[in-house]
This record gives sequence, structure tokens and C-alpha cells, in this order.
Amino acid sequence: MTEQQTPVKTVTLTIDGTVVSVPEGTLVIRAAEQVGVQIPRFCDHPLLAPVGACRQCLVDIPDAGNGRGFPKPQASCTIPVAEGMIVETNNATAAKAQHGIMEFLLVNHPLDCPVCDKGGECPLQNQAMSHGRTETRFDGVKRTFEKPISLSPNILLDRERCIVCQRCTRFAAEIPGDPGIALIERGARQQIGIAEGRDFSSYFSGNVIQICPVGALTSAEYRFRSRPFDLVSTPGVAEHDACGAAIRIDHRRGKVMRRLAGNDPEVNQEWITDKDRFAFRYVDAPDRLRYPLVRDEDDPEGGMRPASWIEAFELAARGLAAAGGGSAVGVLPGGRVTLEDAQAYASLARDTLAGPDGAAHIDFRARPLSAEETQFLSTHVRGAAPVTYADLDAASDVVLIGLEPEDEAGTIFLRLRAVRTGKRIRTVAPLLSPGSRKLGAELVRCAPGGEAAVIAELDGLGADSVILVGERLATSPGALDAVATLAAASGARLAWVPRRAGDRGAVEAGCFPLDAHSRDADQIVDATLAGDITALVVGGVDPDDTSDPAAFLAALDAAEFVISLEIAPSAVTERADVVLPVAAVTEKAGTFVTWEGRRRPFPRVFDKPATYSDAEILSQIATRYASITSSAANRNVALTSADGAGARRAPEAGAAAASAEIREARNRRPPAREGASRESAPSAPTTSGTFRLATWRLMIDNGSLQAGDKFYSATARPAVALLSRANVLKLGTTVTVSGDRGSITLPAQEADIADDVVWVPGNSIGRGVLADLASPGSMVEVSHA
Amino acid sequence: MTAQLQPVLTANWGVDHAWTLASYTSTGGYEGLRKALAMSPEEVVETVKASGLRGRGGAGFPTGVKWGFLPDNGAPRYLVVNADESEPGTCKDIPLMMASPHTLVEGVIISSYAIKANRAFIYVRGEVLHVIRRLQAAVREAYAAGHLGSNIHGSGYDLELVVHAGAGAYICGEETALLDSLEGRRGQPRLRPPFPAVEGLYASPTVINNAESIATVPAIVKHGAEWFAEMGTEKSNGVGIFSLSGHVTRPGQYEAELGITLRELLDLAGGMRGGRELKFWTPGGSSTPLFTAEHLDVPLDFESVAAAGSMLGTRALQIFDESVCVVRAVLRWTEFYKHESCGKCTPCREGTYWLVQVLARLERGEGSEEDLELLLDQCDNILGRSFCALGDGATSPITSSIKYFRQEYLDHLTHGGCPFDPAAATLFEGVRA
Repeated sequence: MTEQQTPVKTVTLTIDGTVVSVPEGTLVIRAAEQVGVQIPRFCDHPLLAPVGACRQCLVDIPDAGNGRGFPKPQASCTIPVAEGMIVETNNATAAKAQHGIMEFLLVNHPLDCPVCDKGGECPLQNQAMSHGRTETRFDGVKRTFEKPISLSPNILLDRERCIVCQRCTRFAAEIPGDPGIALIERGARQQIGIAEGRDFSSYFSGNVIQICPVGALTSAEYRFRSRPFDLVSTPGVAEHDACGAAIRIDHRRGKVMRRLAGNDPEVNQEWITDKDRFAFRYVDAPDRLRYPLVRDEDDPEGGMRPASWIEAFELAARGLAAAGGGSAVGVLPGGRVTLEDAQAYASLARDTLAGPDGAAHIDFRARPLSAEETQFLSTHVRGAAPVTYADLDAASDVVLIGLEPEDEAGTIFLRLRAVRTGKRIRTVAPLLSPGSRKLGAELVRCAPGGEAAVIAELDGLGADSVILVGERLATSPGALDAVATLAAASGARLAWVPRRAGDRGAVEAGCFPLDAHSRDADQIVDATLAGDITALVVGGVDPDDTSDPAAFLAALDAAEFVISLEIAPSAVTERADVVLPVAAVTEKAGTFVTWEGRRRPFPRVFDKPATYSDAEILSQIATRYASITSSAANRNVALTSADGAGARRAPEAGAAAASAEIREARNRRPPAREGASRESAPSAPTTSGTFRLATWRLMIDNGSLQAGDKFYSATARPAVALLSRANVLKLGTTVTVSGDRGSITLPAQEADIADDVVWVPGNSIGRGVLADLASPGSMVEVSHA
Repeated sequence: MTAQLQPVLTANWGVDHAWTLASYTSTGGYEGLRKALAMSPEEVVETVKASGLRGRGGAGFPTGVKWGFLPDNGAPRYLVVNADESEPGTCKDIPLMMASPHTLVEGVIISSYAIKANRAFIYVRGEVLHVIRRLQAAVREAYAAGHLGSNIHGSGYDLELVVHAGAGAYICGEETALLDSLEGRRGQPRLRPPFPAVEGLYASPTVINNAESIATVPAIVKHGAEWFAEMGTEKSNGVGIFSLSGHVTRPGQYEAELGITLRELLDLAGGMRGGRELKFWTPGGSSTPLFTAEHLDVPLDFESVAAAGSMLGTRALQIFDESVCVVRAVLRWTEFYKHESCGKCTPCREGTYWLVQVLARLERGEGSEEDLELLLDQCDNILGRSFCALGDGATSPITSSIKYFRQEYLDHLTHGGCPFDPAAATLFEGVRA
């Protein structure tokens, strides 16, 4: 934390006989926590504004600090401390008041704890035991409601359980700024409902389930699935973005039942995105790869057959050796790896396979990239002094460039929203997104590709400014250079915010070209198509995410030998010669590095036999590779005169026989779906068309790690094309957007966007924009569908 | 002293078409405004302070002092008139606005001038459509006559007045809930501080006064603070409207000096209806603890009523004779509180829900004596624990009725139901017999 140490005025008071000094303005309920006194509460939440609704936290204040006491018990969640105040939280007056409120709360609360999701971890249940009477005096008729109602596809409300503490409505309004739920009716019929004219579509809606102090709000997917006391909890780190949100993984008999927000004041406080909370079913998907696969030498169709790990390691090592290692192998780890896995990929490329010129063809970037970005990552990201969440709190000025925090970095979004008052937030974007609006951001309008010029014009930045740049900026020529120049000139702090959890760790591990003769991901694809690279080691890469999906697939087909490390079947495993199933995040320990550069280690949740992390697998391959190459070299030395170059080339010759059968089997693979040549160079996007293509990925979309929870998927924002009013009027409400890779048809929606720009979501329909439409920033045509 | 009416606010009610500007002006209306505009705003505030006028909405806070709380922070100031009269038994503001809306309008203009507000709101209970129309008509007339608008009578003072109709929630009579409602939000009381004087309507300094308080201001300005201060008792100055309802011969509005007794008011109202015996009464609406015949001579001023264990409240005197079952009356009131609880806080929301069930059981003769202790304990758990005063008010009829009529509750149990004939208390009782 880098907060300035401003002297805080403290106030000294006495709580239950214990003297405590706390900062001025502290609420009594918080001060009591300081001395270990837990006052019962429901509506109170330290991250929400006080409301004083439930009245459970009543305490006796015999002296308010002025020698006079309050005649009535006071709600400790709304009353600030005062010098000399005396607070009794458990004397006869306070206890009577707390017992009285608890009794009232239970008047209309059903006694269905045995079937309630919250039973066992319920603040109402717990506090009824600690601060309630053992037997009820209420023998009347309880209020009932039809149950449950849906607040959103994945959040259900059992109204009769609700104690209307308003935590959920206050969360929705205060934290993400999505006030889709509100109080309706009054008196005992008062209930939570959908706010008039709105819906509860929030990327952060799941948090209301967790902060509900009773079992009123439940998850559609988790409801009635398990009891809290049957679950084992393991701390974790969310794998869906680069924010490093702390999560709690609750599991039972080897299966994750639910995920909750962890409490980490420095990172995600107590909130996580719905993606972090609900998108975990992919781990238990029925098609998860569980054993290695290799090309079946006996299959005339060139299909795959199961193999033992030993055989798979051996074949993988031989394949790499046959390719000749070094300059003939491209390593593409993808952006989802842990730091440890990234280091293993880097070690494979740099140490094991090191080429004669020291080149290491490795790149974690499974997305559009540029040489300019490579330079930027080396100079301004790798090993850079951390910019932290606390720095966002302290900054007076934040500039977002090529970054939509609500969609791409939810924790940053919530953090900025929490501290937005008095802060200037600017966003360089083609339009003011809903998220930017909720941040109160000023739009610095910029068509995709024009960022460099706009950035150069940004003014008013200084040492207390923070510039956050998204990975998407790589596609805008000159933009990252302009950002670096701006930061240097203004003294502003600069941070790069990638989308994937493993990206920053991969940068730190050196999983990208560190010198001029190492190839980046696009160059690896080109070199493979040209035949200069003959073997590929591919981690968690979806070809449709890459700069040019068709070229990537073609490169996989063109490569002599492909090793795929994956958790589930994909376009890569289909084309691989050796498929090595890797451990998912719950099956290994590891470390994610957040956008800040903060290391976020997490433990293994499940100890699954014969399940290995990328690092463990790569280590096995490397060991075998070394043994193959050294024995071949020895043989070579014995047969020929000792010659450096000859020794270097020897492994290929030595391993040639061993891998011949693989190559032969490979040649029988099904023919490539696309021509084995690049259709267009991503660096030279097409210039035909009259609209510039703007795009980013919505938080909830068709990403492969989000599959498996239909309730969660139903909360995705609809895929629409955003066009200016004039264009919507001209082109109609359904449009076809056509680019050099194909066309997509989707509803048009009016937005405050330039007349020559169209925005479409990155991966919400079909195979996504990169595969189905065009490269971001290129020119496309929009027509009436 | 011989009890007598002291009509100030009600003086012109009998005049033909008293609600029109012409009629109001012919009886000296808007003279107070002209006098006030000749004074400085500070002088008007001082005059009201010196008059000793205390809030007529029930709490009795000195009006002039309240006006002095507004911070001078450059933010716009607002006057909000609370005319959301909804308390059972209370019926003074609505007849006042019905009979002479200009009295209130003139009061609003003078008060706004005094607190330097350029925009004022009258929040009227939504159910009284006829009154809202009269008020709107009066405001229109006042604009036309130049009493409202810009540069009022050449004084350089501007005032816009908005008549806003509520949507039928008792809670919106609570001043902060009223502000939320006026801002277009759900009417629920706000956390204080900040107090409305500092951050009220639209987070700006705001004065909220009861309609009768504001309507009293023109007379004070016109006749002087001393004239007003000489009336009433030492600490409860001036006159007020006493609303007699129930079993009296002539129910209605009786304007008299504070400190008058029910015995005197009953004399003015022709005594108990049908010569029956007084059984119990509310001094200031259903939220004030009940009185009985032993309190007939309690002076009806803030201090004396409080000393006798109740509150002057809104001077809504609901009179019940011996034909009325107190359990039944209390149950009806409690049902009202249950229905009108806004739901924000637990004790009021759940407490009133439960109280009704216990009282209903007692009324049916099905409970037990322990239920009385349960009721008192429930009330103890609501009183002083709820978010706003509405929860407190819900307990008043119950605790006071058990205090004075415990035996009657028990009689329900021994009788196996209500021992009273509910028809005996009705207006049509004699007709039917």
C-alpha cells in the first residue's frame, strides 16, 4: 500500500469496559470490532453506506461523551464514535433490545433452515443462536409468498426468507451501479423486486447471494445442491482475468460446487465478477481430456489413440528432437498459464530447445499483437515498478486507453467506481460504454487505429495520474509508443492491463521475443507456413483468438509435428500429433501475476492422480529431449569428427528414425479444412469498406471457459452492432457487417458513436470477430440485412 | 377563565366563498404579506421567534428557531410544507386548506421570504383531491395577483410555489420520507444526520413545517409577535385548532388558546353525544397515549399534556364514550399502523404485524392474560428501537389502554369475546333502535 500517511485524528472511547482509540468518524460497530466485540448485525456491511434499517445492532450508550446518555438504545451501525463515549453492547438494555429485534425478525422468517442453502452459514441462524431467545413467543400466522421468483436468470429470490435488510439493493446501486432491484410494497409485504423499468442485468449480481444474511437470494445453479457443512473450502485466485481476485472454492467429493468471493482488501475487497463466481463448470466438462493421445500409426484415417504418459512424453521429445529443436520449434503457451507454467515454457524454448543463434521462438500472445507491443512489454511491463489498486485509490486522474474495465477487468471497474468521487476518469474509446458511464468517465472519442494521435493530445496528466492501457492497444499503430511518451513526459504512472490471468506472468517469465531474431506469435505462424518452423508446442490457445485464425489453423496443418497441451478437445488438439491433457487451475498449485505485477499464489484444490501441470509435463519432455539429443550427439561424436555444427545438427539425424512413424501417421491426417496459406496479413488490414471496426469482448460471452452454466450464460448482454443514429435510421434494425474474413448479421442498436465506426462484440456470436469478420480496426462494410 | 373560541385561522371560514382570493382579501388577507415584504427577512424570522410559535405538527419545536438553523452555504434553500395529514383523528390542515387555502399560501410566501427560499412546495395528502384542487386554484389566483412569481409586489423577491400531491402513504408525513417522496423516490425515512436544515430537499438547506404552523405566520406578522405570545400558556403560546371528533354533540374544529381543557372544549361542543359518559380520548391523534375522564381538566398545552403522560400532538381529540370497546378501538388503530408501516425497520414492520395478531386474538376472547404482558413487552421492544417515530406511535394506544383498561382486556377473556355491542357506538345506533 502506498497511501500517504496523513495524520488521522483519533477518538478514545470505552466499549464494554475496554478503552479503544479509533479514527474520528468511525462507527461504533466498527470500533467494537477493534476490541473483539461482535455486535449482531444484518443490514450493516463495511463496504456499503450505513442505513440503520434492521436495528439488530442496538447498543446502550450511557454516556455519549458529553456526560449525557442516550435515553434509548442506539443503532451502532449509524452512530459515529465520540471522545469519552461509553458504549455497552451487552448490558441488560442492549441485550433486551437485541433480543427483541431478533424475535421480530423471526416472526415472519420460515423455519426451513434444514432445506435452506444458507443453513449452516447463515448470519440469521447464527445470531439467532447467539442473540435470540430459545423459544418463540410467536404462534400466529406467518406471511407467505409464492416462491421463488427470478431476479435474473441466475439469481432466485425466496421472498418469505427475506428480512429486507437492503444489502442487495444497496450493493446493486452503490457498488456496480446497476440498480436493477429495489424495494417494493410496504410494511410486512415489503419485498425486493425488479426496479421499475429495469432489469437486474449486472456482471456483479452474484455478490448479492453472498452478502444476503439469510437464504433469500440463491444461485439457480447451486440451489439445493449441497449443504455448507458438507463442503470443503479452499482459497483460490480467479482465472478469468488479470485482476487476481481472491476467491473461495467450495467443493465436495472432487467436484467444485460453488465459488465465492474471498476477502482481500488490497485487491478485490469482498466482490468478484459473475464470471469469477459462476464460470467454473468447464473443469468438470464431460469432454475434458484425461489421458494422452497420439497419432495412431495403425489407423488409415490418421486418427488418435490413447497413450500412456511415458509413451506420450517420449514421442513428444522425439518429435521435437526430429524437428531439430532450436530455430525449428515454435512455442505458444497461451495467456492462461500460471507463472510456474510460463517459466517452464520459457525454459523449454530458451534452455532445452535453444537455437544456434540463441533465438527462442516463444510467444504467449494468443491474440492480435505487434512488434511495437513486444518492445513495450520489454521496456514498460516486464519487471516494471508495480502500479497497484491502492494507486488507483490515490490517483486524482485516471486515463483508460483501449480498456473497458467493466468487461475486461471487473475488479478494476469496481475499485474505480468505489473511489470515483473527486477523481477525473477519462476513457479513450470509440464510444462511452455503459461501464464508462457508471464510472462517470469523460469520453475522449477515438476511432480504432487513431489512438496514437489522440493520446498525444491528452493534457492535464501529472505524477498523480495513472494511465491504464489495455492489450487491445497493440492493434493500434503507434499507440503504445505514444502512451510511453506521454507517461514519460507527464510523470504519470503507467500500467498495462491484459485480459488473461496468465498474461502478466508470461511477460515476467519471458514468454515473448526478447531479442530481434526471436519470432513473435504471428511470425511463428508465418515461419511455419514457410517451412522454417516445423514443430509447434501449443498450450491453451484458441486459434479463433489469434491475429489470423485461418493462418493459425493452416500453420498447425503445415507443421510437421504439433504438441498440444490442453484441458479439452479443440481445433489444436484435432491437428496435434501428441495431445497432453494438462491440469486445470483446481488441479494444480500455482501463481497468477496480476496486471499490477502482484503475485497471487494459490494452492491445489484436488489431488487427481495422473494429472500434471504444464510445467510437470514440459519438464518430462525436456528431460527426455536432453537424453535423446545427448545420446545422439555422443553417437555422432563417435561416428564423425568432432565438429560443433555437426553435433548441433546431430539430434535431428539421431531422432529421425524414432519419429519417422509419427510423421508417417501424421501424413495420413485428415486434410486441412482451409488452404494451408495465409489469406491476409494481419499487419495490413483491408482498406475496403466504409466503417472502421471497433470491438472488444464482453465479460460474458462465448469464451470456452464459460461453458457449462446455462443460467450464467443467459445473463450475457445481447450481441448487437452499435451504430450512430443516422446509420441505424439508414440501415435498419438488423444489419450485416462484412469484412475480409466473412460477415455477421446481428441487430443494430443506436449509440453515440461516429458515423464511420461500427462496434460489434468480440466473441458473442459464431466463432468471433477475428475468425468470422475482420481484424479489429480494419475497414468493414455495414449493410441492411 | 371562561372558555371561549379564539378564531384566528378559522376566523374567515364562515365567510361566503372563503376559499377565493376576493373573499380572503376582503377579510384582510395578504395584509401580512405586504407588511412582511416591508420588513427584512431577518426581522420576519425574529418576529416569528418572538411570537413563540411552536410547530403545530405535533413535536412542538419552535418554528422561528428552526428557521435559524439553515446554513449560509450558497446552496438554494427550500420551504416544504407538510400537509400530508394522515394521522387517525387528525383533521385540521385539510379543513383549513379546504376553507381558506389562501391563509396557507400567504403563510408560505411570508415564510419563504423569511428563510430566503425562492422555491416552496406544499406536499398534500393525495387522497383529498378536492382540497388539492382548491389549493391549486388558490396558487393560480395568487400568481395572477402578483403574490407569487418574480419580483413580488416590486420587492425584488421571487418565489415559485408547487403543490405536490402525495400517493397515499402515512409514512410520507415523516419529514425525511416526505422529502424522498417529493424527490420522486420511495418514501422512507432518511438517516439523520444530515438534518433537513443542512441537507434536505435535493441535498439543499430545507425548512419543513406543518401546514398549520405556516398558516399561522400571516396572523403573527399582521398582528405582531406580542399579540400572539400573549395568548396561550407561558411556554405554549398562541392559538391552535382543536379537532373534536367522535361521540360529541357537535364535532368539528375549535380554535382556541393553547391550555384550554377538554372539559371546556366539550362545553363548546355541546357535550358528549346523547349525554353519555366520556370513556377515553386521544389528546393529539392515535399516536398519543390515551387519556380518560380523569384527564378532563388537563390544560391542553405541550407541557401539561406531557406531564400527564401523553403528547399534545396535533390536538386531534377523538372522543369515545362508554359504548366503545377499547380493545376494538386499539386493534383498529394497530391495524392502521401495520398497514402503513413503511417496512424499512424491523421493529415497526414485524412488530405491528405481530401486535395485530395478538390483539385480534384478545378481542376474540381467545388469548390469555399473559398476552397482555406479551403486548407490553412487544411495545417495549418497538418503542425507541424503530427507525422513526411512527413505530413509537404504534405502541401508544396499546400501552396506554392496558394501563387504564386492563380489566376490559381481561373481560374479553372471561366473556369469551367482546362484551360490547359494536353497533351501540355507531352514529346510526339510535336510528336502528
